[in-house]
Amino acid sequence: MSTPQRPEPGARVALVDSGGTNIASVAHAIERLGSHASLTADPDEILSADRVILPGVGAAAAGMARLRELGLVEVLREVTAPVLGVCLGMQLLFEHSEEDGGVDLLGFLPGRVRRIPAVPGLRVPHMGWNILDLHRTQAPLLAGLSSGQRAYFVHSYVAELGEATLATTTHGVEFSAVVGDGRVWGAQFHPEKSADVGARLLANFLSPSIQETP
Amino acid sequence: MTANPTSRLAKRIIPCLDVQDGRVVKGTQFRNHVDMGDIVDLATRYRAEGADELVFYDITASPDGRGPDIEWVRRVARTLDIPFCVAGGITSGETAREVLHAGADKVSVNTPATQRPELVTELAEAFGVQCVVVGVDSLRDPDGIWRIRQFTGRPDATKALEVTTLDWVQRVQDLGAGEIVLNCMGSDGVRAGYDLEQLSAVREICRVPLVASGGAGEIEHFVDVFREADVDAALAASVFHSGHVPIGQLKDRLAEAGIEVRRPDHEGVTK
Repeated sequence: MSTPQRPEPGARVALVDSGGTNIASVAHAIERLGSHASLTADPDEILSADRVILPGVGAAAAGMARLRELGLVEVLREVTAPVLGVCLGMQLLFEHSEEDGGVDLLGFLPGRVRRIPAVPGLRVPHMGWNILDLHRTQAPLLAGLSSGQRAYFVHSYVAELGEATLATTTHGVEFSAVVGDGRVWGAQFHPEKSADVGARLLANFLSPSIQETP
Repeated sequence: MTANPTSRLAKRIIPCLDVQDGRVVKGTQFRNHVDMGDIVDLATRYRAEGADELVFYDITASPDGRGPDIEWVRRVARTLDIPFCVAGGITSGETAREVLHAGADKVSVNTPATQRPELVTELAEAFGVQCVVVGVDSLRDPDGIWRIRQFTGRPDATKALEVTTLDWVQRVQDLGAGEIVLNCMGSDGVRAGYDLEQLSAVREICRVPLVASGGAGEIEHFVDVFREADVDAALAASVFHSGHVPIGQLKDRLAEAGIEVRRPDHEGVTK
């Protein structure tokens, strides 16, 4: 049992306005933890925030186009505070996606994003509660979580396993469910819709321990 | 049918709540509605019991010719940390956008899709197929063929269509439905079990998640529908509202029967 995580007092969370429809839900989840999230596309606000969350539902090409349009690709590169990508936002952290005929992504984490393979009887989109398998139990983002717990996923593309992989899930193929490298973190599932499992992951992200080397 | 060995995705249990003026109501045929309580209180109760997802059906939106009431969608979204779907009165991309931006995860369309099938494509293109649920009200005709119905919210207005249920399910998938809720009207309200024959037939041609609706009366009915019809989720209302089927007990039984389910009380999350 690890100690309960508390958000950094007064932590300012910038929620990058990437145009997805899950933004209100992510903001509500942050508020339920006692912090405040402001929805923003303002570079100064993002650069001065204590935490940055990149949400996102939709397609990779549209997500990248929106970040470029807002001039946020460079801004996200310069952010020194911890960054958390959620769902598509997590996928955007990688190098390349085969979605939409091939899209170059932010490239903050090594690895590629692929479509869930077609397997008879395997439903795509992968939609629902699936099991987490923790590979790096010491990662601060996974404090208090354990293998066998379920989180809520909705997606058709997956990030391959790689050095940034902290936890995996299997749906036809084993893929990265939680990733991170010290500054940049991500969850393929929706923590804002994953009940206590998701709340714990978000609390970990808001906690000072996220910046400590495991 | 066996579960896919390459995924341990949980079969979902989905209580459906009928909403009128921000309250959850119970009743039939738009008459004698009984107030069941505040929408947020009931949503919170089901979440605590281990529901995987909730459906809120704004029962007067469509008859009143309006979209769903955004005020309660926002209230639910602030509190609820599991996914939820809003049904009733979604007739355009604009109404869907309002509901999704207010914090709903999915919108469900039923009669409007039968009137204007392109709506399904418009929603899928604007928000992604994962947000688009198509509700299908289906009944077996005297010739033995399942066909769809529209305007089922009002028995006096319900209309039978020519299109067969199997053709319609195929068509809405091609148009962009990300999930199908098959409401088997012949078993609805009877509590004698889900329509396994019809659900199995639809399963054969349904490549997106399929939700069984109509007929749940006992815990064993849920075991049967997951085992026999290989559906991805089971939806019910009255058996959950009355407490006749407690969700915790239901999931324990499903797990015992070898069906993958989420049991948050067994997962031991450290808060």
